[in-house]
Amino acid sequence: MHGFANPARFLRMARWLLPLLLVPGLVLSLGALAWGIAFAPPDHLMGVTVKILFIHVPCVWLGMAGWSTIAVSSIAELVWRHPLAGIAARAAAVPGAVFTALGLATGSIWGRPTWGTWWVWDGRLTSFLVLLFLYFGYIALADAAQRDAASGGSAGRVTAIFGLVGAINIPIINRSVVWWNSLHQPPSITLGRSAIDGTYLWPLLLGALGFSLVFGAVVIARMRMLLAEIQTEARLRRKALG
Amino acid sequence: MHERLDQWEYVWAALAIGVVGMLAMVSWSLIAMIRAERRRDKVRRK
Repeated sequence: MHGFANPARFLRMARWLLPLLLVPGLVLSLGALAWGIAFAPPDHLMGVTVKILFIHVPCVWLGMAGWSTIAVSSIAELVWRHPLAGIAARAAAVPGAVFTALGLATGSIWGRPTWGTWWVWDGRLTSFLVLLFLYFGYIALADAAQRDAASGGSAGRVTAIFGLVGAINIPIINRSVVWWNSLHQPPSITLGRSAIDGTYLWPLLLGALGFSLVFGAVVIARMRMLLAEIQTEARLRRKALG
Repeated sequence: MHERLDQWEYVWAALAIGVVGMLAMVSWSLIAMIRAERRRDKVRRK
């Protein structure tokens, strides 16, 4: 893993990896959405609103995957002091927050014709809203930590600890529909089992793969941006001192 | 009062928000990356 710790080596790899993830990601996600909208049949209970599944579910999965990335990177930063781990965690925060917000918005739009309401304060929706607030807190803390690091401080560890502690919300979101009464349906897809018919499942999985590739491309783009900002700051400071 | 719902309006609204949101995030990230790398290269050349 430390083979990728060298920023110069990472930047060389990121140059070809970014378009390799982004182009197939956009083609797959938009293609799967078109497939689902055009060809998936209406559900006997939800009617055509079932097609919102193809945009809502990948957004929700990636909202949670974003924080899982932050948690894993935070462990790598705290335990192995991996030089790029903190940058990877910061880079995953914004796309994670965006997908969480999109998951909440599309879910709310789905709830109105299906449940008759835009919002309910049940376990699933509330814990997912908490995830969005955790992202806001993490982004603000990471920005403050970067300014602190520029003046020789070590607040980066506080950000990593926040990333780890916030991960406790991920299993709560996942199990919320089992632990508490909810308008939200129970899990349809678990490891090795799916309650979803193949006509919905395949465009959904293909779309989720496409969205994941786009998420990976955005994380790499943001890592390149953060590295460039750090290198610029370091050079300007050296010039000012020397 | 009977409320009439056109389900397709909700489908298109969710799709528009999801797709526009994702594309805006991708564009913003790429533009921010290009600007930051240009600034770094400019500082290096000085």
